[in-house]
Amino acid sequence: MTGYRKWVPLVAFILLGSALTYGLAKPDTTNIRSKMIGASVPSFTLPPATAGLPGLSSSDLATGQPHLLNIFASWCVPCVAEAPQLKAIAQAGVPVVGIAIRDRPEALARFLARNGNPFRAIGADDMSQVQMAIGSSGVPESFVIDGRGRIVQQVIGPINPEDVNGLVAAVKAAR
Amino acid sequence: MRRLVLALALVAAPLRADSDLPPAPLADTQLPDPKQEAQAQALMETIRCLVCQGQSIADSNAELAGDMRAMVRQRIAAGEKPAAIRAWLVRRYGSWVTYDPPLDRVTWVLWAAPVLFLAAGLLVARSSFRRRRA
Repeated sequence: MTGYRKWVPLVAFILLGSALTYGLAKPDTTNIRSKMIGASVPSFTLPPATAGLPGLSSSDLATGQPHLLNIFASWCVPCVAEAPQLKAIAQAGVPVVGIAIRDRPEALARFLARNGNPFRAIGADDMSQVQMAIGSSGVPESFVIDGRGRIVQQVIGPINPEDVNGLVAAVKAAR
Repeated sequence: MRRLVLALALVAAPLRADSDLPPAPLADTQLPDPKQEAQAQALMETIRCLVCQGQSIADSNAELAGDMRAMVRQRIAAGEKPAAIRAWLVRRYGSWVTYDPPLDRVTWVLWAAPVLFLAAGLLVARSSFRRRRA
């Protein structure tokens, strides 16, 4: 064992140790991206989630007009923080539709009365089945859907004020 | 005073991060057919919870995990094969969602690692034995 060869195990150990330490130290990515981006919205029909607003079905999303689909719930705290941004997006002329996860009609009505109602329709997903079908893993999440009902983009977590203009442009571009 | 504070703490409502809907009917109820239930249970143990991420949906108390268990049981009861249900979930969330990852371009190292380590060990052993004999 001469020359450089005796250093091989040590170098290998240091490399392995650094790789493992890096893996432990780097921040955990907890966002799970939907693999359905580029695919059509799976077919579904959801009943109205609250009085006075229609329910939502996949055929409502393939009418030739792009939509912003917001997955939310009245019991979700970040959804309250997101409400002003959804309002701004709706005021910019973007049709916003919602899927309410495991919600009660009266709780949802209170949520909309308090935080404003940017939604044209809200479907009630009481067992998260449509949420799973679309590849969403939490609330709030938003999906840009093009005019043919294809999923173009996913936003995980609340929409922040600085995201509003970009999202409006993305929906309007998704003809 | 302290007692009062403690009593109040007991009845105070915590900030909710969960809905108040009851769990889906099949989330915590076994299927009547034991064979189907065994199939569902085996599948649930290898599907990762999307909320708590380190647990399988069989072990997790998250509401979404309950809804995923209900979905698995419903589909098994309807006669769907476990492999098809797993594929349905992988299509939506990627291989990440299964604890039984398929062999592909990204995961082959995982499957080959034991063989590679054994080969490396044999090489090291061979060279050190040879040295001693010399």
